[in-house]
Amino acid sequence: MFLQQLINGLALGSTYALIALGYTMVYGIITLINFAHGEIFMVGAFVGLLMVSTFKLNIFLAILIAMISCMLLGIVIERVAYRPLRKSSRLSALISAIGVSIFLSSLAQMIFGADAKGFPESAFPVHQIRVGTADISTLQLLIIGVSAALMIALEFIVKRTKIGKAMRATAEDYNTAALMGINVNMIISFTFALGSALAAAGGVLVGLLFNAVSFNMGLMAGLKAFAAAVLGGIGSIPGAMLGGLLLGITEVFGVAAGYSSYRDAIAFTILVFVLMVKPTGLLGKKIQKKV
Amino acid sequence: MLVLENLYVNYHVIKALKDISCRVEQGEIVALIGANGAGKSTILNAISGIVPTASGRISFLGEEISGAPPHLIVRKGISQVPEGRRLFANMSVLENLEMGGYIRSDAKGVKEEIAEVFNRFPRLRERSGQLAKTLSGGEQQMLAMGRALMSRPKLLLLDEPSMGLAPMLVEQIFSLIQEINAGGATVLLVEQNANMALSIAHRAYVLETGEVVLSGGAGELAKNPDVRRAYLGE
Repeated sequence: MFLQQLINGLALGSTYALIALGYTMVYGIITLINFAHGEIFMVGAFVGLLMVSTFKLNIFLAILIAMISCMLLGIVIERVAYRPLRKSSRLSALISAIGVSIFLSSLAQMIFGADAKGFPESAFPVHQIRVGTADISTLQLLIIGVSAALMIALEFIVKRTKIGKAMRATAEDYNTAALMGINVNMIISFTFALGSALAAAGGVLVGLLFNAVSFNMGLMAGLKAFAAAVLGGIGSIPGAMLGGLLLGITEVFGVAAGYSSYRDAIAFTILVFVLMVKPTGLLGKKIQKKV
Repeated sequence: MLVLENLYVNYHVIKALKDISCRVEQGEIVALIGANGAGKSTILNAISGIVPTASGRISFLGEEISGAPPHLIVRKGISQVPEGRRLFANMSVLENLEMGGYIRSDAKGVKEEIAEVFNRFPRLRERSGQLAKTLSGGEQQMLAMGRALMSRPKLLLLDEPSMGLAPMLVEQIFSLIQEINAGGATVLLVEQNANMALSIAHRAYVLETGEVVLSGGAGELAKNPDVRRAYLGE
């Protein structure tokens, strides 16, 4: 029972973590809560669905194409909706983000209709594997496996590659990064691309998990992932991973304990409690005032 | 090498620089001295492209650079050690140096350059894996200078390198600046410690509320009674 719920929680939590990473990376670099991020996740789910159902592609290829499409979408959103407001107040950019979010979900509703769409049976063969007392589905393994692989890849990019280091430098100190010859606009585009790609993968995986893709799926998933990012400490990449997993696991255990009608409230309750004790989130750094 | 002509910079309604004209010749150490808020740092930031100029022109090696974005100005050979050092505090010493060499595409050359910085500052080699924020003030200044040298600048802009350092360290930093200059880099130095600055500079400009009020050879300025009264504590 415990093992079963833990695996259910890990699968759900890793999708939250994938989405949360985009919030935290964008916040880390331009201190903006990208409220359109949940809609990027939704678009990713639709692109994945389209690839599988209309173009009959295999699921891995569909995830890859969803990721690439959303990378471009993320770059375009930043260019069109946030960059012109870079020097304005954060509030203007936030309102612009909400605008993009409404635009994308309305557009999806126009194109795909208001009903949730499911993946075809053949999209991914689901078997149950018996491990001890738990039934693990191959779908859960897919979700956990893809999420883990993407997070390891992200960790590698951010820690070891030149562009990843430039990303961290830009997040720490925008002007000084520019003094090193770093093209900060390019780095910001790159950050949006990375975050959006992860959200797209999350979108396809969540679509598979609940077998539902709909125009408004980005709202609740986006809010919860945002809660996960804040829980882990906004701006912190390991924080977003931890926050996502923790939230997913708690939610699943909460439901198993019989509080299923409070499913969506659980995430925000934990968030409130953690922030009361540790206002910077679990792995958040003390906010240093930039002089 | 570097020429500033009738440069104006505004911060909102405040005129931070008013009609600044000055030049730095190849191989020189030029000091900008003046009180806090006189506009010294603003000049460096205008050269680096961090602060937009309202009018006037900045040219480097005969080419106009005013209006170019900061990351392209670095590629032309101008590197800045900003005021307060501005290290990437949560990155290691090694990573800070790598960022300094960001514009270079020769990985091998960057490695050699890092080795050279480590030879110059053995303390940094010992601490290469440590986060920059754990270094002492002197070590941080060394790292900031090492980082700026990583791009092999033709012109090095130094903003208050002596700030917050013990007198002995200040001496070290200034002899280091002379070494770097002797190694071929031209230096434009901003300092509140006018005494030290004039002791190593070839020429200097004195700034007051955004304007150049005096200029000349460093030795000559150090003897000027007005300068001595205002900036050398007499």
